[in-house]
Amino acid sequence: MADLSIEFAGIKAPNPFWLASAPPTDKAYNVVRAYQAGWGGVVWKTLGEDPAAVNVSSRYSAHYGVNREVMGINNIELITDRSLEINLREITQVKKDWPDRALIVSLMVPCVEESWKAILPLVEATGADGIELNFGCPHGMPERGMGAAVGQVPEYVEQVTRWCKTYCSLPVIVKLTPNITDIRQSARAAHRGGADAVSLINTINSITSVDLERMVANPIVGDMSTHGGYCGSAVKPIALNMVAEIARDPATHGLPICGIGGIGSWRDAAEFVALGCGAVQVCTAAMLHGFRIVDEMKDGLSRWMDSQGYRSLQEFQGRAVGHTTDWKYLDINYQVVAKIDQAACISCGRCHIACEDTSHQAIANLKQADGSHRYEVIDAECVGCNLCQITCPVQDCIEMVPQDTGKPFLDWLHDPRNPYREAS
Amino acid sequence: MEGKAFPKKIKKEEPTVIDSLNHLPRPNQNHASLAEHFSDLAPPLTDRQAVLEASRCLYCYDAPCVNACPSEIDIPSFIRNIHQENVQGAAQKILSANILGGSCARVCPTEILCQQACVRNNHQECAPVLIGLLQRYAVDHAEFQQHPFQRAASTGKRIAVVGAGPAGLSCAHRLAWHGHDVVIFEAREKAGGLNEYGIAKYKLVDDFAQREVDFVLQIGGIEIRHGQVLGDNLSLAELQQQFDAVFLGLGLNTVRQLGLASEGAPGMLAATEYIRELRQADDLTTLPVADRCIVLGAGNTAIDMAVQMARLGARDVNLVYRRGVEDMGATEHEQHIAKENQVRLLTWAQPEEVLLDDQGRVCGMRFARTHMCDGRLQPTGETFELAADAIFKAIGQAFDDSALSDSSGQQLARDGERIRVDEQLRTSLPGVYAGGDCTQLGQDLTVQAVQHGKLAAEAMHAHLMLNVEAA
Repeated sequence: MADLSIEFAGIKAPNPFWLASAPPTDKAYNVVRAYQAGWGGVVWKTLGEDPAAVNVSSRYSAHYGVNREVMGINNIELITDRSLEINLREITQVKKDWPDRALIVSLMVPCVEESWKAILPLVEATGADGIELNFGCPHGMPERGMGAAVGQVPEYVEQVTRWCKTYCSLPVIVKLTPNITDIRQSARAAHRGGADAVSLINTINSITSVDLERMVANPIVGDMSTHGGYCGSAVKPIALNMVAEIARDPATHGLPICGIGGIGSWRDAAEFVALGCGAVQVCTAAMLHGFRIVDEMKDGLSRWMDSQGYRSLQEFQGRAVGHTTDWKYLDINYQVVAKIDQAACISCGRCHIACEDTSHQAIANLKQADGSHRYEVIDAECVGCNLCQITCPVQDCIEMVPQDTGKPFLDWLHDPRNPYREAS
Repeated sequence: MEGKAFPKKIKKEEPTVIDSLNHLPRPNQNHASLAEHFSDLAPPLTDRQAVLEASRCLYCYDAPCVNACPSEIDIPSFIRNIHQENVQGAAQKILSANILGGSCARVCPTEILCQQACVRNNHQECAPVLIGLLQRYAVDHAEFQQHPFQRAASTGKRIAVVGAGPAGLSCAHRLAWHGHDVVIFEAREKAGGLNEYGIAKYKLVDDFAQREVDFVLQIGGIEIRHGQVLGDNLSLAELQQQFDAVFLGLGLNTVRQLGLASEGAPGMLAATEYIRELRQADDLTTLPVADRCIVLGAGNTAIDMAVQMARLGARDVNLVYRRGVEDMGATEHEQHIAKENQVRLLTWAQPEEVLLDDQGRVCGMRFARTHMCDGRLQPTGETFELAADAIFKAIGQAFDDSALSDSSGQQLARDGERIRVDEQLRTSLPGVYAGGDCTQLGQDLTVQAVQHGKLAAEAMHAHLMLNVEAA
């Protein structure tokens, strides 16, 4: 079996599956259960200055798919609501009992040097493997000048990172908020401040739904609500993009990235690794199913790696980064055309109506003598958009087949149709 | 149309259950335990099951299920409404195409209609969406503050509908909706036709048929007159004179005969007669039960009869058909129900002689074995006998000619014995339309009759209003 062990920003772990800083890592009881279940590491739920935060009830709401599967969870919970002293004592004991597992402590204190200078030695004394700076929490804490209020200002990110590197010898992971316009600015700032790694994404500002009878958004506190932070499988595409943006940015080249955002299966994890991550963090999937999910994640990942001949994560880490580029560098002469496997087609007509109403009228609806329908691609009209394949309920029924156009590679920068093309 | 005498007996030539089977014992169970055997064959979906099942619908475009539905219900749309918790919207969508959507959801052979056509009726997709049960869920759970369809302004037109079965009710409702006034002439005491008198009790339980009739009549503008028998106390010529148009939804009111001696002997009965009695019985313990019985036929009525007799406690129920299983009219689903109820199926045997005991009552039947020879069904020469206390004929119903015995009726063109209609349900007489089982068009199904009634109403409306505009 492939070796899943990693060394990420100097932190060793038996596997790349870590639990993110969140309710599942709130206290020793949960963390010990997570280690027992086989998690490679844990980011302890964010510590802050005493007095501890106070939470409201209720705290979560969800966005559902058609079968009531949870697509995403929104939360308005704050950082730890337990005292610093209790947390530090538990961290010390857990790390002592589980020396082979990664234990990272998430931190959030006011954006003043003295606060960081005070807390960092206390954390280091626990024996923890590293710290993660919570610059992302989008609710509650920013109103107090912390969390996303710091993460949204690159100068603050850089400054706090530098304080941490000054007053602490542990690896510093800077957790980035996605509630910005260009994630690279935050990553570059962390890099300038001396960060050993970045982790992303934190949660996204969200309102999941509105109770139309009470006319208040969810989750409801009394008869009011507030925006929360969104996570779960629905945010994975956003997270993957932000990871890729940082991975291919020359300014942050080589900066270790810990992927977070909608990871619930080994395949999700492998995708983050392929886009450059050296470890991943999981929260929502564990909150929905319990810690046991790590079993299938580890087993699936190592079997897939075996099937591909990868002996370690490093062997495929970042392999997809080189294939991610700006639109202007794509081959404008590349052409795919949809092909329907008539033997697999169940004649639901979804590809036809999608293409007919909203795309390029490239799928003919041919009524057969027996009253049934046959759907056929009109090759000349197909632009290769993939919509039919997306709407088709049958896996592998519609294939997008590359065409031999006989034309050479041509990107938009050199395309004669581009009025601003570069001179060749 | 002042009330004429209520006819004493509707089918003079057919013996009633009491006449024919009175000598047989009654069930040895109490009513409550018997009634359990006649509760819903297919239990309704729960809320959760409905939402789960609705989510399986792929919302096909130009959907095969809609094309397979004789009443053209927009199935993907109503299922999507169910999934979006808009049950009222789902029900209205169904009822706008088929006002008897509640009973059709229960009695339709969905396995050969919408659910057969469903794209998920494919081994790759596990199973078809349970369209019939979803339709029932929507119609059963909708709570309308008022009738969901509002009548148009009165047209002043009066239309006669003969027969308060599915075709007549559907036609009357659509006509009333368009603003016409309708009088339905019905022979029996209750409206509903086969839904009231002919469907297996476990398919359409309790008083659903009557509640559905009440719902149809809620629209207003429809009067039902009972005890009105065409060809007896009512004539087509009269109706033509007194109404702007006439719709005939007569159904099939006689039973085919075997053509054997002793066909009227005690113990020999049409299955439809027994089923009617069963459906109307307030106390199931009053019904005569044939411990050993033979059901002749291979359609869904034959299965209904055999299964109901088994559920009443008969130990030995034989369904006998002169051809092979592959020729049976009953769907595979129906055959499965028969097997589950320990009904024995005997094929390739045709009735040869009714066997009587010394009191002249049925005690069995002799059958000739059959086979296909030169493309024709032939006796093999071999015979066998089956002992039975009763024999139920379910070999098909026929059109009752006596309904059309007057001068107008005799002018109606026929397709074989049934009334000839075109695609707009027009007969050969101007202003006279017909639909349902008394016509040859389409299949003999409730849902088909509903569609005929609806289309006939639309054709009548278009025709009558065209004349109004021209005038």
